Amino acid sequence: MSEHVLSSKMYYGIWIALMILTVVTARVAFIDLGPFNTVVALVIATGKALLVVLFFMHVKYASEKLVKMVIVASIFWLLLLLLLSLADYGTRYARHG
Amino acid sequence: MATAVITPERENYLNQEYGIKSWLLTVDHKRIALLYLVSITFFFFIGGFFALLIRLELLTPAGDLVQADTYNKLFTMHGQVMIFFFLIPSIPAVLGNFLVPLMIGAKDLAFPRLNLLSWYLYIIAGALMLHCICTGGVDTGWTFYTPFSTAFSNTKVVEAGVAIFIAGFSSILTGLNFVVTIHRMRAPGMTWDRLPLFIWAHYATSVIQLLGTPVLAITLLLVVFERVFHLGIFDPTRGGDPLLFQHLFWFYSHPAVYIMILPAMAVESEVIACFTRKRIFGYKFVAMSSIAIAVFGFLVWAHHMFVAGISLYSALIFSALSYLVAVPSAIKVFNWTATMYKGSITFTTPMLYAFGFIGLFTMGGLTGLFLAALGIDVHVTDTYFVIAHFHYIMVGGAVMGYLGGLHFWWPKISGRMYPEWLGKFAALIVFLGFNLTFFPQFILGYMGMPRRYWQYPPEFQVLNVLSTAGSTILAVGYVLPMVYFLWSMRYGKPATENPWNAAGLEWKTSSPPPTFNFDQPPVVDFEAYDYEHIPEVEEVPVG
Ligand SMILES: [Cu+2]
Repeated sequence: MSEHVLSSKMYYGIWIALMILTVVTARVAFIDLGPFNTVVALVIATGKALLVVLFFMHVKYASEKLVKMVIVASIFWLLLLLLLSLADYGTRYARHG
Repeated sequence: MATAVITPERENYLNQEYGIKSWLLTVDHKRIALLYLVSITFFFFIGGFFALLIRLELLTPAGDLVQADTYNKLFTMHGQVMIFFFLIPSIPAVLGNFLVPLMIGAKDLAFPRLNLLSWYLYIIAGALMLHCICTGGVDTGWTFYTPFSTAFSNTKVVEAGVAIFIAGFSSILTGLNFVVTIHRMRAPGMTWDRLPLFIWAHYATSVIQLLGTPVLAITLLLVVFERVFHLGIFDPTRGGDPLLFQHLFWFYSHPAVYIMILPAMAVESEVIACFTRKRIFGYKFVAMSSIAIAVFGFLVWAHHMFVAGISLYSALIFSALSYLVAVPSAIKVFNWTATMYKGSITFTTPMLYAFGFIGLFTMGGLTGLFLAALGIDVHVTDTYFVIAHFHYIMVGGAVMGYLGGLHFWWPKISGRMYPEWLGKFAALIVFLGFNLTFFPQFILGYMGMPRRYWQYPPEFQVLNVLSTAGSTILAVGYVLPMVYFLWSMRYGKPATENPWNAAGLEWKTSSPPPTFNFDQPPVVDFEAYDYEHIPEVEEVPVG
């Protein structure tokens, strides 16, 4: 296993970044951005998830094939969940001929 | 018998250490498998007890034995206990735990302590579930559908949800352990195309456990949060969508059926190869069909929601995709029968279970196709047709596979032979009892008897009486093996290293195996199921 030891400073830094982003999400929720309300919230959430996955879960420094495989599979499965659910949500109120 | 020379008992995983601590703190995958065996058997009989109460209530059309509220709790807890505390862990956590390292020539799983942790998580979850049952229980149905579970039910939804949440982590850890073990711990020469099909099927199962279970966990957590903090994820008056729950729930719970059935298929491939003395026909196709089932299984979930109000377009897509899963399942069934063709078949107990599995799984699978068809599904949704269908898969398929596997590897696990004639007798009772219980339910469902009611119109009574009679026979068939397995641990004939003259690494070590499985690290220079190279013994020594 390739152990890449991260300094504790790094961990605290990431943690503070996550906290700041949480505050930003909460603040933005009170500003009406129209159709961008959801978009902005999701962009921030995705950024936070990336920070957690890359640093807290050490994926940025993963060199093993098995780990990469798990990541690719997880993202693919997440897409399955989202896309096939949207097959319903995207067409639920469509009018049938 | 000539071989009955008394030798001092070899050191093995059972007699190496004694005492309660040596079991509760063990990291030996074989001992953890036995811990699981005892615990899931306990829950199997609890779930079975609920099933018998349900069948007794349905003996007569009137609601007389229990009231509607109690009946709702009975079928809910029957489902939750049987699915999350018996079927999901059954084959993987018991037989898989015991056999995966042995079959690939490893000393143990990759993470032995994680393995023990998974059992403790299971026990914590089980204790919570028992507490929930004893203090009132749940009545939402095992499916926890919103908005009933989040806004209306006044039973212990939160506790049951948390229990299953924890049990989910136990299942994830088992899957994680298997994936890493199969990638990393194979003996020299054990290439991917030499892996027993048992391993391929468990690999596919583990992928589902790893990628599906977190979705169930977060979904149950959302139900709990919505119930406690009134979040509004599923509540339409707060902008939520009750159907979102069903999407998320079935994203896991349809593939969960494959967590139950793939390991049963894993068992059948080993048993059928051994008792037909042939290599499994189309090895690569059977191996790949396991992977295909794991992937396709995630593309079909909304077939549980056809009448729930999803869009017609998505219903069409999910209906078509549902047919896709039939292909890899059929590949397996056809290849097993092709393996038997011109094989030299012995009708041992595990083989009887394998025959039972093939027949019952086929019926369960084909009626699944009826349900995948949009038009028919509208007619039979939430009727006993559905109940019969999934019991043919989960009891006729998964439980048959589990029992067959337990008999096949019992000599390896316990070092003793079970009484063969009693085994065959019990297998026949299980088969007859099963069909008598569940076949009438196909007809009842087709005639329109809805599921989840404690009373029914009198014209349905004859078939319900048959079903209840069958369930008592089935119960005898399940109690018998437990009795003679326990008996055999003390009085059974000592098992040789390889009593079935089977191929596979697990049969190349002593019965029961030593703590680290093999005296010499094995090197593999043969294909899986190379039965043409295994010399015939005069007779398979069966008791
Ligand atoms: Cu399904």
